Amino acid sequence: MKEFNPNYLDFEQPLLEIEGRIKQIKNDPEKTAKADAKITKLDKEHSELTRKIFGNLTDWQISQLARHPLRPYTLDYIPNLFSSFTELHGDRMFGDDAALICGIAKIDEHNFMFIGHQKGRDAKEKVKRNFGMPKPEGYRKALRVMKLAEKFGLPVVTFIDTPGAYPGIDAESRNQSQAIAENLYIMSNLKVPVISIIIGEGGSGGALAIGISDKLGMLENSIYSVISPEGCASILWKDSKKAEQAADALCITAPKLVKFNLVDLIIPEPLGGAHRDYSAMTSSLKMNLISMLEDLKDTDIDEILYKRKEKISSYGKFERS
Amino acid sequence: MSWLDKILPSRIRAEKENKGSVPEGLWHKCLNCDTVIYRAEFEKNLNVCPKCNNHGRISARTRADIILDAEDRIEIFDNIMPVDMLNFKDKEKYKDKLLSTQKKTGEKDAMLVFKGNINKIPAIVCIFEYSFFGGSMGSVVGEKFSLAVKKCIEEKKPLVCFSASGGARMQESLFSLFQMAKTSAALNDLSQKGLPYISVLTDPTMGGVSASLAMLGDINIGEPNALIGFAGPRVIEQTVGEKLPDGFQRSEFLQDHGAIDFILDRNNQKAKLAEIISSLMSNYSSERISK
Repeated sequence: MKEFNPNYLDFEQPLLEIEGRIKQIKNDPEKTAKADAKITKLDKEHSELTRKIFGNLTDWQISQLARHPLRPYTLDYIPNLFSSFTELHGDRMFGDDAALICGIAKIDEHNFMFIGHQKGRDAKEKVKRNFGMPKPEGYRKALRVMKLAEKFGLPVVTFIDTPGAYPGIDAESRNQSQAIAENLYIMSNLKVPVISIIIGEGGSGGALAIGISDKLGMLENSIYSVISPEGCASILWKDSKKAEQAADALCITAPKLVKFNLVDLIIPEPLGGAHRDYSAMTSSLKMNLISMLEDLKDTDIDEILYKRKEKISSYGKFERS
Repeated sequence: MSWLDKILPSRIRAEKENKGSVPEGLWHKCLNCDTVIYRAEFEKNLNVCPKCNNHGRISARTRADIILDAEDRIEIFDNIMPVDMLNFKDKEKYKDKLLSTQKKTGEKDAMLVFKGNINKIPAIVCIFEYSFFGGSMGSVVGEKFSLAVKKCIEEKKPLVCFSASGGARMQESLFSLFQMAKTSAALNDLSQKGLPYISVLTDPTMGGVSASLAMLGDINIGEPNALIGFAGPRVIEQTVGEKLPDGFQRSEFLQDHGAIDFILDRNNQKAKLAEIISSLMSNYSSERISK
């Protein structure tokens, strides 16, 4: 009887089965001479199957990977990606929102201010982080850190990974709309370079509120959308089970968004997805982040701002009659 | 008619007779208090119920008639047309739905822009058309709003926007999300030129529109009892699993929580807008701004 591992997606289960068999052979105390040959064969089978499954993912499968329960989150990257990090808490007005991590960061010789969504891994942390859904105080903390960046001439780097801004009575009472709008307003003219990377789920206004940038990157298996496929399906199809179709119709994957010039670059993930190899994922992210920081480092800020404005005003497709 | 009906006051009688089937065109039944009045009378009162002051939804063109002087008023940027760049299809094709909605509403998309005067005070006025895809913001709305801002800067005029929108237009996916960035960035430009932006939030103003251009007014004004918020009440109810408090996300709630400057009846809007704009513009000079 094959066991279903709830931490993995349905299309990953065949790989788990092979992994289980390899483990079984390795753990067998009476290993025969044939064992090594068997393992080599299974390893080959495993990598072929991985290539087959991951070489041809549907948009819906990518949406699932972007929200994979084992996918690395912001706090999984920070210790190995940054050479130093000092977390800064609170919006100085109301409270501290654990769904957004802010701080002073460094990679090699690059100093910058960092802002990133944080989802929780286990039940307790999920509650603490509010499933990565910020409230107004989170966005206002982020804004405070952006203004610090501007004051000290440091670039801003943001990691986006959220289902969206929190829909709750308290969030609405403290004016969630204004908190998001204000960030868009300020970021569009923030006088330092801004780099944003979608590391998992780019959920609507809650993502954009830390996402107006000079360079926008997406991890290979991340998504960026105006609404979740499930939400779209339940509104337009009146059936949340049509999420698979909605994921495809919404064009939310990195290659499609690069094609539409809405996203600048795709950051490769290890074969089998970011969750299969944190350290390979971190290396890939680090290499790309450094090159983005270097690209912007020597550019005059007026030119950066001019380009940012041009880019923002170019968004949209319409006709003139 | 029974003897009882005969002695009832006529309004009650009218209410009773029209229960459930108000003849289209002649009568209007208030959505809030169920009062039935002559449609002509209701319209003369700018679609506001004379009994409970409920502000009914109105079309963008009716709104323009209410706010702008008839003289020297022109619609601008009306050549911007929507396109279906993603070949989006749910139960029907977006392309087809656009055509049928255009036919039904007589509008090209969900925003109209006018250049004109409010009690002789020059202004550029953007108005959302709620009957067009729920007033949702896609590429056309974003572009027209940005062009309106540019026009304000060119002609040194204030901007007024009446929002009525469910949020971003799903059928244009990320393009529509990015209109939040586009409109907010445009407003930053306007602000740097020292020109006023007055945002009037009408029923309903939600999601991506509320969380961008609508909340960024120098002055934010709400129409009475308008639903205004980021997340829709149903979504919030599902998330928190409890009933929402009375009046939640209504203009009065927003004013109590410091989100809008004040609430203004439709009947007083024209005069008040003219008054505010002339105050804010009274010391305007481009020389002062460039310093």
